[in-house]
Amino acid sequence: MNALLPAIKFNGGGHLNHTIFWTNMAPNGGGEPSGPVADAINKEFGSFQAFKDRFSAASVGVKGSGWGWLGYCPKGDKVAVATCQNQDPLELTHGLVPLLGLDVWEHAYYLQYKNLRADYVKAFFNVINWANVNERYENARKAAGH
Amino acid sequence: MLAVRVLLSARGLAAASVVRCQKHTLPDLPYDYNALEPVISTDIMKLHHSKHHQTYVNNLNVAEEKLAEAHAKGDVSTVISLAPALRFNGGGHINHTIFWQNLSPDGGEPSGDLMAAINRDFGSLDNMKSQLSAATVAVQGSGWGWLGLNKQKGVLQIATCPNQDPLEATTGLVPLFGIDVWEHAYYLQYKNVRPDYVNAIWKVANWKDISARFAAASK
Repeated sequence: MNALLPAIKFNGGGHLNHTIFWTNMAPNGGGEPSGPVADAINKEFGSFQAFKDRFSAASVGVKGSGWGWLGYCPKGDKVAVATCQNQDPLELTHGLVPLLGLDVWEHAYYLQYKNLRADYVKAFFNVINWANVNERYENARKAAGH
Repeated sequence: MLAVRVLLSARGLAAASVVRCQKHTLPDLPYDYNALEPVISTDIMKLHHSKHHQTYVNNLNVAEEKLAEAHAKGDVSTVISLAPALRFNGGGHINHTIFWQNLSPDGGEPSGDLMAAINRDFGSLDNMKSQLSAATVAVQGSGWGWLGLNKQKGVLQIATCPNQDPLEATTGLVPLFGIDVWEHAYYLQYKNVRPDYVNAIWKVANWKDISARFAAASK
């Protein structure tokens, strides 16, 4: 049983993360967010651009394989940027509810962007499904009793 | 530039001079970018060497320069905070420098001594290859598979390291043969099929280099 735990975390995390990822993106996505999550972002980071810079730097800076995240902190009722290694799930690792994830494993971008992870991260902002991020944010706040 | 130098303290200047002398550089490949075709494509070799390895070299130099400055100022906090960058970029530089030598279009066969050690510690060359391949394929995320020498016990051992963690500093094993399984090492050619890449890389293993490392480590 113990020997199986790493495989469960890795593959379970991979399944969780990618399931979220596909919903986080849309062909007509991108642009500046509106709605409750936009307010939360402005409150926490000062501006959307400031959030974008922080999220991008964190995602580009992941050493090896991993994910960049915007998550919800139930205790503080606020949003935060965090990163995880490999397929480590956000909630298990940092106690944040995942709202928006960016896969920076090389398989996510290498065929198209080669070694230029920063270009891929920049382009990601053109496909973000902010409606989905808002939905996740509102569900997370409700679950936390707000 | 001159004005900046005048403003630097004597100790800071000395530290900066030391760092300049020790700046790391990207080693040349011992062969052309296309030499390992069809096992490893030209495109991969070009990107892997001139972009990925070059970046580790550049960032290692930056980290070491910051280390020298912090050391000169007695700023222990900054010295400690630089450890991950040194490990990541220093490890990346060490690992890839070994890797380019570990590969060759005509790498020959293991030396008599190395073959004897392989037979003793794994039963056969095929056994060693399948064990190292299996361990390497199983690396979760980015990392390396290694054949190393345990000097204390005088035995060959297989190990894996995550990310760019260098084998010797992490495990004490002397690196003999490494297989890079960061996706950038194979994805353009093999896509997600890491096992195909790992199985194929044996065709370009430079047994002359691996044997030489074994001999040097066995002294």
